[in-house]
Amino acid sequence: MPERATSPRPPTSQESLDFAIGEHHAPLLGKHLLGLEGLSREQIQGVLDVARRMKDVSERPVKKVPTLRGKTVVCLFHEASTRTRSSFEIAAKRLSADTINVGGSGSSTTKGETLLDTALNLEAMRPDAIVVRHSESGACNFLARQVECPVINAGDGAHEHPSQGLLDLFTMQERLGSLEGLKVAIVGDLLHSRVVRSNLYGLRALGAEVHLCGPGTLISPWFESYGARLHRRIEPAIEGADVIMMLRIQRERQGTSTIPSLREYERFFGLSPARVGLAKPDVIIMHPGPMNRGVEISPEVADGPYSVILDQVTNGVAVRMALLYLLVARGSDAPRG
Amino acid sequence: MRLVVEGGLVIDPSSRLEEARDVVIEDGKVVALATPGEVRVADQRLDARGRWVLPGLVDMHVHLREPGEEHKETVASGTHAAAAGGVTTVACMANTIPVNDNAAVTDYILRKAKSEGLVNVLPIGAVTRGLKGEELADLGELAEAGCIAYSDDGQPVMNSRLARNALEYARSFERLVISHCEDRNLTRGGAMNEGDLSVKLGLGGMPSVAEDVMVARDIALGAYTGARIHIAHLSTAGAVEMVRRAKRSGVQVTAEATPHHFTLTEEAVGDYDTHAKMNPPLRSRRDREALLAGLADGTIDAIATDHAPHDATCKHIEFGLAAFGVVGLETVLPLTLDLVRKGVLSRTRAVELLGLGASRALGIAKGTLAVGADADLAIVDPDLEWVFQVDRMRSKSRNSPFTGYKLRGRAVTTVVSGRVVHDTARTQAREG
Repeated sequence: MPERATSPRPPTSQESLDFAIGEHHAPLLGKHLLGLEGLSREQIQGVLDVARRMKDVSERPVKKVPTLRGKTVVCLFHEASTRTRSSFEIAAKRLSADTINVGGSGSSTTKGETLLDTALNLEAMRPDAIVVRHSESGACNFLARQVECPVINAGDGAHEHPSQGLLDLFTMQERLGSLEGLKVAIVGDLLHSRVVRSNLYGLRALGAEVHLCGPGTLISPWFESYGARLHRRIEPAIEGADVIMMLRIQRERQGTSTIPSLREYERFFGLSPARVGLAKPDVIIMHPGPMNRGVEISPEVADGPYSVILDQVTNGVAVRMALLYLLVARGSDAPRG
Repeated sequence: MRLVVEGGLVIDPSSRLEEARDVVIEDGKVVALATPGEVRVADQRLDARGRWVLPGLVDMHVHLREPGEEHKETVASGTHAAAAGGVTTVACMANTIPVNDNAAVTDYILRKAKSEGLVNVLPIGAVTRGLKGEELADLGELAEAGCIAYSDDGQPVMNSRLARNALEYARSFERLVISHCEDRNLTRGGAMNEGDLSVKLGLGGMPSVAEDVMVARDIALGAYTGARIHIAHLSTAGAVEMVRRAKRSGVQVTAEATPHHFTLTEEAVGDYDTHAKMNPPLRSRRDREALLAGLADGTIDAIATDHAPHDATCKHIEFGLAAFGVVGLETVLPLTLDLVRKGVLSRTRAVELLGLGASRALGIAKGTLAVGADADLAIVDPDLEWVFQVDRMRSKSRNSPFTGYKLRGRAVTTVVSGRVVHDTARTQAREG
């Protein structure tokens, strides 16, 4: 654009990042991040390596680097979210990007504007990335075909939640080192969980052994075709596990034909201290949040010594900084395809 | 007024004729199938040499959207699309706004058809008032007003007692009941076929068993009552097998299949393509193969398009929120001819599926070129290659999964009651 050519040359984002966190050679991710499906081991490890450096930034007294100065990140959240939304916002701010949040209520959505129109209007204001959370699977894939700027999926329906998957992988690596051959158990409503899908792709790419468990109404044989082992009872799934990840059970499912009651769910699929004993002695317990204490996870386990649930949240910021850096700073330096 | 369609290969499944003939038409009727060159005197001649002459296609499952959704389709635009596709008779479903559950709506559609329609329009009346599945519509009144059959298409009659009563009651008026077989409790929240792909995409699944259990129920009701029943848009291997066995044991059941179900599989959903979203959904490869076998062996009586126009507002949105349905009138012929080229169907069988089968099910004298029949016919260039392009579609809506497809075979001229309603030579001159 002509106005850019007349302004003095700013430091390239590569230079400013190098200034802040040192050199790296992460492979490119592509223009958008719609999911972890199809990403290579190298691409995923590349994000995690950058995230490690980003985490250092968050540990400093001044938690800010100029990497994305002059860039604008729009967070378009069509579904309630506390963690992911604030995490993306903090991540963008720590990289000096300007951020704006557009939500479902209080925005034009309540006046009947379509997702596409909202996105096109936001894009007309020339943001450098749109972070999208939406209740419909494929909403980000749909937008990515329509808009020019990078689209980052912050969770779409039951499809994918790639930044959550990456922060989970990051947390596991931080605690356990290489994931090659580790037994990772994920328990809960697999059918409606975008977290389990992103984790499955990521964990398989990094060589982990994935064991999935849920009641028969909330699982699908499809997960086996992606190399997971399926269990209908929790015990064999978590036995000898290095990692146990509990998924949120949606309270609305109670009393439908999928689960009889939350009480019964807790009894047969909840993670109690006694059940933790079945796993490896140094098992780590994870949960993407928000938790139903006393349903899928007992308070003792959630707050106990094996829990890394709050580390996941801390790491979420680092991982999202890495993603914004790779897609916005690096993406804009690289030729657009 | 004598029109002669000269020198084409006449394929008429009603008489198993597959020979070069001159079709002689007077006053809108076929009066003779003459040896080529025999007829000396004619007011108008259509050169069909090197082409096929077929009875006009009969599509027993079409949504014309008028009254109520004229922004998607009208009787005029829908019949224009039909004529361009070689279709000379359409039966239009009752889910208009208001619903075609009373004589006033039927009358409106028929008047529109008379004043603006290019092809024959046969309204289908609702089975239940407002398609609500609660009480029978006035089926006698609908028959008298001109409804050719009854269907709550899109809304299965979930109440088995009501479904049974519809079959029993409709017999007084000798009208077919057409059933959209879907157990709504099993498909609730679904957007595509349930299977590996739906789980991967995180989309709600519509399991094939939801169709199977309703086909089983309807066949059982048909057998028990002795009434005729027609199963709309078969899409599962299980349903095909049940219809096959029911026919063998003498149940008066007929069935149709759509070009999209016998051409595509759920893989067409790909990256959330809403033009591959319809109900019933595109199924697995195995289901598609079962449909092909059913088309070939007579289990399936008719090819029907379930032409369901939707505008971009309904389709250019998130997959889960998008409307179900695709248009089909302009692509049914080449997609069916594909099955002939692939050796799945003989020529005569394909033509039978495109007209005579539906006519028999509906009890109408169409789908034939026998002497005395209505002069509804399509002159087809079976080898003409063309690309189905959005800006050349006659339908008001653009929701086709076959946009951009290279197709082979096309109706070059369509004749209804001896009158030319579509002619590519003329159209091209106009468009050119």
